[in-house]
Order: sequence, then structure tokens, then C-alpha cells
Amino acid sequence: MDWVQLWEITTLPDNVPIVLLILVIPFYTWYGLRQAFANDRLIDRLEADPEMAKTHHRKTQPWKPGWAREVQVWPYLLRMEFLVAIIVTFILMVWSITLDAPLEEPANPSLTMNPAKAPWYFLGLQEMLVYFDPWMAGVVLPTLILVGLMVIPYMDTNPLGNGYYTYKQRKFAIWAFFFGFIVLWLSMVVIGTFIRGPGWIWFWPGQTWDHNKLIFEANRDLPDMFGITSMLGKSLFGGAVVGLFALVTALGVHKLFTWNAFNRKIYNRMSLIQYVLLQFFLVTMMLLPAKMVARLIFRIKYVWVTPWFNI
Amino acid sequence: MADDLKEQKPAGKGVALIDGVLKEVKNLKDKALDDVQSLKKPQKTQLFKSIFRVTHDEKPRNRALGILSNVFLHLHPAKINRDAVAYNYTWGMGGITFYLFIVLTFTGVLLMFYYHPTKVQAFRDILYLEHDVPFGKLLRNMHRWAAHLMIITVWLHMFRVFLTGSYKKPREFNWMVGVILMLLTMLLSFTGYLLPDDQLGFWAVTVGTNMARATPLLGHEGPLGPELGMTAFNDVRFALLGGSIVDSNALLRAYIWHCIAIPLIAGIFMAVHFWRVRKDGGISGPAPVMLESEIKKPRRF
Ligand code: HEM
Repeated sequence: MDWVQLWEITTLPDNVPIVLLILVIPFYTWYGLRQAFANDRLIDRLEADPEMAKTHHRKTQPWKPGWAREVQVWPYLLRMEFLVAIIVTFILMVWSITLDAPLEEPANPSLTMNPAKAPWYFLGLQEMLVYFDPWMAGVVLPTLILVGLMVIPYMDTNPLGNGYYTYKQRKFAIWAFFFGFIVLWLSMVVIGTFIRGPGWIWFWPGQTWDHNKLIFEANRDLPDMFGITSMLGKSLFGGAVVGLFALVTALGVHKLFTWNAFNRKIYNRMSLIQYVLLQFFLVTMMLLPAKMVARLIFRIKYVWVTPWFNI
Repeated sequence: MADDLKEQKPAGKGVALIDGVLKEVKNLKDKALDDVQSLKKPQKTQLFKSIFRVTHDEKPRNRALGILSNVFLHLHPAKINRDAVAYNYTWGMGGITFYLFIVLTFTGVLLMFYYHPTKVQAFRDILYLEHDVPFGKLLRNMHRWAAHLMIITVWLHMFRVFLTGSYKKPREFNWMVGVILMLLTMLLSFTGYLLPDDQLGFWAVTVGTNMARATPLLGHEGPLGPELGMTAFNDVRFALLGGSIVDSNALLRAYIWHCIAIPLIAGIFMAVHFWRVRKDGGISGPAPVMLESEIKKPRRF
């Protein structure tokens, strides 16, 4: 174990924010889910007792008849905002006094940095470059991530859970988001930061970076493994494999999406366009883990080879 | 008679004058006292009233007016859901993000006083800031760390909005505005990365913009790019960098995007974002929970 190097990577000034992120994401996940579960228990009680549902104020926060439902912004909200601003300023001050922003040598095009890493919040994209060609990893997938995020409100036809934390009423949505945000996006950022070393080679945390290490990866294309040599054959075969993957994934998504009676009820509320959109974005999202497995475990570079593009 | 008059007149004149002066002095003294009195009640002065327009006593009406008649505070409603002021619902993340944006604008403007976006000067300016400018290092550090923090808080804000389902009707559009704000936040950080003109920024931006070569249709190495006549000297990457390599034009472009264009665009989107939070009925919750049995039939066309 090379603790020194691990420490050096972790305390690299520009990496300190990720350490913060790694602490803060689990905290807020817990903080949000705790309230979700509290609300879920309340929902259970209200569903079991329709009389109670008629009179209850339906929140986990305390409430007594006669209490005003609204409070004045001054002072109740403004004092909170003021307090938060002071705390944030304080944290920022301490951070800025104790840790200096990095400054390397002057820019020098003839002296390549190895590894040349993007800022940490883009390392997810840079890590995707391992699995996809630049036009996919750098342009198409980021665009799809943004568009996919934007259409979430228009695909999610579940009317429950609007304005309160809940897990029970939105299981599929929450799992899908956790998978995309935490499992894919954040773990790619962490891999890019802590695991990728010189030459963007995989070094386990604590494994010493070897700047002379070269891996002669016997990466192959899937069609070659099946002995397909003609370009037409490769194009058709790859297209078929990707199509099959999409079909199987879509079926799996469908299975999960219609898992129980409640889910089927939501499914029935969807228009055709909404459902097709949902499938498109989820299947595209699953391309990434599929390609990661293909690449990291089976050493497959491309699945689909054509004269114009490779996937 | 004439003598009497002659003798009395000057005396009478003098007394009257003194009386007059005394009266005037008393008058002035009263006015001065009035002014002193008014210092004790600044809220009654014309100056105060002209600035604040309403008195700031503890009447609910005046507390509400204090919010509504202030250009900065009127982003808020006068009253708000009693449970929404607790930290646990919004985590304050949108507000913190906005506050960090303000901090960044402030420290950024100060940094601009010392920074020239040229290959000759940029790196030296950073050294100058770090070693000679009073508090220059602190200034640079604060700008840097606030930027990183803002990325984290914007992600957390999105996470919270998702967990509370706040993107659902009627807030769908504001979620879209938010996604664009997140993109702009990340672009702001990215364009700023190049400005110190050091190895870190240079290679990060080189790696980043190299991807643009591969843009489908618009990049000279992207699918169908060459077929459409794209070369290294006319594709999107060229437009981003103002050249075919990361050099002085790229520095100038990054500077203008970073200091003028993106902050302006982000400012406009934030204005829309906050406006829509209000127009969509204020903050979404904590709302009373809804039960499965209460789902209404969806409207069909
Ligand atoms: C520069 C970035 C952003 C700023 C300054 C900002 C600011 C705010 C503020 C101050 C609020 C009020 C409630 C709160 O503090 O949570 C808010 C609400 C909201 N934001 Fe943002 N936001 C930003 C980015 C985003 C992003 C990335 C999203 C989602 C993708 C988003 C979606 C929303 C929605 C839907 C609401 C309404 C939430 C509700 O009513 O509960 N915003 N935003």
C-alpha cells in the first residue's frame, strides 16, 4: 500500500472538494431518506385509518388547530438566510486561509502533463472516454444527460410525492435517479480522481503510479471475436448486437417499471410518447455500465464497427 | 420731545434687537432640540422615510411591507409555509448556491482589477496576486473554493428538488431552467480554469476542447464531419478556441465568456428561476402527503 501517494492525491488542493462531496452526498442521502421514511410511516397510518386521513394535517411536522399555517418571512425566513450566509462565509474563509489554490508551471504545450486531468466535476466525462469514442463520450452522451434531466418532469406521470419526501410512493423514480446520479455519475468522478493514473491506466487506490507502465491491452472488437471480417458483416452484426441489447434492457426496464399494482397504475397513465422517451433515456443510460463491463472485464473495444462510427 | 425721542430710540432699538436675537436663538435652540430629538427616532426623519417608505415596527403589516417594498427582499413573498423555513426541507441549497454566485461575482470583479488576459501577463498577474497584492492570495483562494463549492451545492440542490418531487406540476419548466443553470455553473468553472494560464488549466482545456473535434457533423474528426467539409480551421473547436490550438485567442475567449457572457446569461436565467419559484406558488412544500386512493384520473386529449 502506498499510503503516501493516496494521501497526496487526496490532499491535492483541487481534489479536496471531492473529499467534501464524498462526505456530503451520503449525509444528505441519509437526511432526505430519513424524512422520506417518516412520511411513509405517516402515509401507512393514514391509509389504514380513513377517518384519521380526513382530519389529520398530513405532515410529520407538529401542528395544532389554531396555529397559523403561514409565518412572516421577516423575521422567520430572513434570519435563517442571514445565519446561513454567515456560516457559509465562515467556512469559505477558513478554507481559503488554510488551503491555497493550485498554480502549476506556466502553460507549456510542449510539456505534456501525465495524467492530464480535467477539473474533478468533468472527470465523469473524461472517464467515459475510456468506454466510448470522443463523439459519444464528449458530445452525444453529455447532451443526452442534459436533455434527459430536462425531460424528467414530463416523463414522470406519478402525481404522488409532489412537495414532500417519500420513498414508498416513488420507488422507481428514486432508484433510477440514484443509479444515474450516485452509481454512475459520482462513481465515475471518483474513479477518474482516485484510480486513474499516468496514461489513464487503472491503478487501485494505494497502488504506486508507475509512469513507465505500459499496458499492451489486447483489446478486440466484438465482431472480430466471431471471426467476421467484411465491413458490411461487421456493421450488420454490431447493429444486431446493439439492437438486441436495447431490446433486452427495455424489457428489463419494463419489468421493473410494472413491478406491482401501483407501478402498473402509473404506467397506465403514461402516453405512448412519454413511455418511449423513458425507455430511450433509460436504455441509453444502461449503455454505460454495459460498455464498462465489456471493456473492463471482457476487453472489448467496440461492439459495433461501421465505416462512419464505432460504438 | 425731540431729545426724549433721541435718547429713547437707540435704547429701544437696542433692546428690540436683543429681544429679537434672543427670540431667534431660542427658536434655533428649539429647532436644534427637535433635530436632536429626531435622532432618537430616526424612523420619523424624512431621510429615513424616503429610503424605506414604511416604518419598521413590529406590526405584521409593516413587516410584510418591509419585504414587499424592498427591491432585494421582494423576491420573497410576505408570508411562507410555516414548515418551509426549517432547514430540513430545502437544505437551503438553492439559496446557498445563489449566495456563492454573489461571492464569486464580488471576488471576481476584484480579481479583474489585477488580471490581463494575455499570454505575456496572465500567469505573472497570478504570481503578483499571490505574492504582492494585499490579501491577493486570500482573494484568489476564495474565488477558487467558492466556485468548487458552488458545483457541489448546485448538485445537492438538484438532488433535493428531485427527492421532494418538486419538479412535478406546476414546476416542470423551472426544473428545465435549473438544468440550464447547472450547465452554466459548470461552464463558468471550466472557462475560469484556463485563466491562470498554467499547466493545469492548459491541459484541462486542451483535453476538454479536444472532444469538440469529434462533434458529429460539426467537428473535423467527428462522424460525418469531414464529409461536410469540416477541417481543423473551421469546425466548432476552432470557434471555441479562436484558433486550432489553445493559445492567446483561446485565453481571450475564455476570459470574455467567463467574466462577461456566461455570468450575464446565468444572471438572466436566475432571474427567471426565482420569478418562477414565486409564480408557481412559492416553495413546493412541505406539502400535506397525498394518498394513493386520491389519485385523479389523468386528463386525456
Ligand atoms: C445556479 C444555480 C441555481 C440557483 C442559484 C438556484 C436557486 C434556487 C432557489 C433559491 C430556490 C428556492 C428554494 C431552495 O432554496 O431550494 C430554487 C428552487 C428550485 N430550483 Fe433552483 N437553483 C439553481 C439550480 C437549479 C437546478 C440545477 C435545478 C434542477 C435541475 C433547479 C430546480 C429548482 C426547482 C424545481 C425549484 C422549486 C423547488 C420547490 O418549489 O420546492 N434549480 N432554486
